Amino acid sequence: MIPFDFDYYRPDSISEAVQIYETLAKQSKKVLFYSGGTEFITFSRINQLYADAVIDLKGIPECNTLEMQGEQIVIGAAVSLNKITESNLFPLLGQTIKKIADHTSRNKITIGGNLHSRLIYRESVLPLLVAEAEVRLAGSEGETTVQLEEIFNQQLSTSPGQFLVQIIVPKTYTDSPFASFKKTKMSKVGYPIVSIAAILKNKQIRAALSGVCEYPFRSVEIEAALNDSSLSIEEKIEKAVTLLPSQIIDDIQASSDYREFVLKNTLHETMEALGAAHG
Amino acid sequence: MITNGTSKTVVKLHVNGETRDVMIRSADTLLQTLREQLGLTAAKRACQNGDCGACTVLVNGEPTHSCLSLSIESVDQHITTIEGFNNSFIQQEFVDKWAIQCGFCTPGFILNCYALANKHPNADDATIEEWMQSNLCRCTGYQEIKEAVKSVLQKHAGGSVS
Repeated sequence: MIPFDFDYYRPDSISEAVQIYETLAKQSKKVLFYSGGTEFITFSRINQLYADAVIDLKGIPECNTLEMQGEQIVIGAAVSLNKITESNLFPLLGQTIKKIADHTSRNKITIGGNLHSRLIYRESVLPLLVAEAEVRLAGSEGETTVQLEEIFNQQLSTSPGQFLVQIIVPKTYTDSPFASFKKTKMSKVGYPIVSIAAILKNKQIRAALSGVCEYPFRSVEIEAALNDSSLSIEEKIEKAVTLLPSQIIDDIQASSDYREFVLKNTLHETMEALGAAHG
Repeated sequence: MITNGTSKTVVKLHVNGETRDVMIRSADTLLQTLREQLGLTAAKRACQNGDCGACTVLVNGEPTHSCLSLSIESVDQHITTIEGFNNSFIQQEFVDKWAIQCGFCTPGFILNCYALANKHPNADDATIEEWMQSNLCRCTGYQEIKEAVKSVLQKHAGGSVS
């Protein structure tokens, strides 16, 4: 059981959510925004997370949007991973998040929750980084729309009281050839040793990785190496691996040496998958 | 707007076609409430971490880990537990195929299979595997469970399972 009590609010609008947060913050309460709630329940149960109040965003219509609007795909923060995959609006995103947790869990896990995950993997961010997605945020200062990469540095950084409303993906990226691979230690359901999401845009590979370092990332330096036409495919991969933004993880899932070996193979697989279009 | 304070509150849950009053804390999981307040003990308390699927129930027809849902979230939703089935065809298929063994995981498997058959009556092997990976059987009776699931799908392809 969750060993502490908290207030639960499920507002019907963005303004109501903002107002509730402000009221609770003035009372010095620790407030968390909630959508799927799987991590909140899991970590609270083992005393690794605490809140005086949670604000459930599932009642806000904008947080449940999942549709094409003109030349953009708009995805609400409270939309479940399975609904996104089933919609097939952004196939690379659908395929990447289909590998997170298990099918039943994905009925509950939302994309907003995964982007804010306390775990280091946050794989739903990978396709969004390569597709130059924007995010719509709301808070006491009003609403704002910014490039995801502006506020995603290792993890999603929002101001206190600010919450993710929607993710906006330009349609031009959702139609691009793509590759998505996830390598786990053993079973199909598990944390990644290497997870990659890549697209081919204007004959250039754009790729983001998770599971390799302590945080998910997209690196223009690595992309430049992978797109360097003066190098062989092996040389591209060798160079790319020297450009990782931090040390390779060494843990019970995989040693750093093995992880590097899997990374090289996965990069090769990705290049092959995109190769036909690339050539 | 739905709100619930830190004190225990009476709310209505729609479970197995009935509306039931339950007294909950905001922090109570749906699994706790089903088992401890409504006596619906088929949803099993096992990993409590969303890993094993033994607590699976249907929420608006979708398989859901009741250990990873708050009871207060489930207000206004339609919850189905295996107690809502009454000697159904799908239960009999699991018996006939010996997909039961100790029985601990069986309600979760049956509810997941039921949702799968209704949503994807012509599910291919990859879809079956994807869905059923959500449930673990410590007796490792997977072959029999797979046969039961396939039998359910074959006998009711294109129709509603009930």
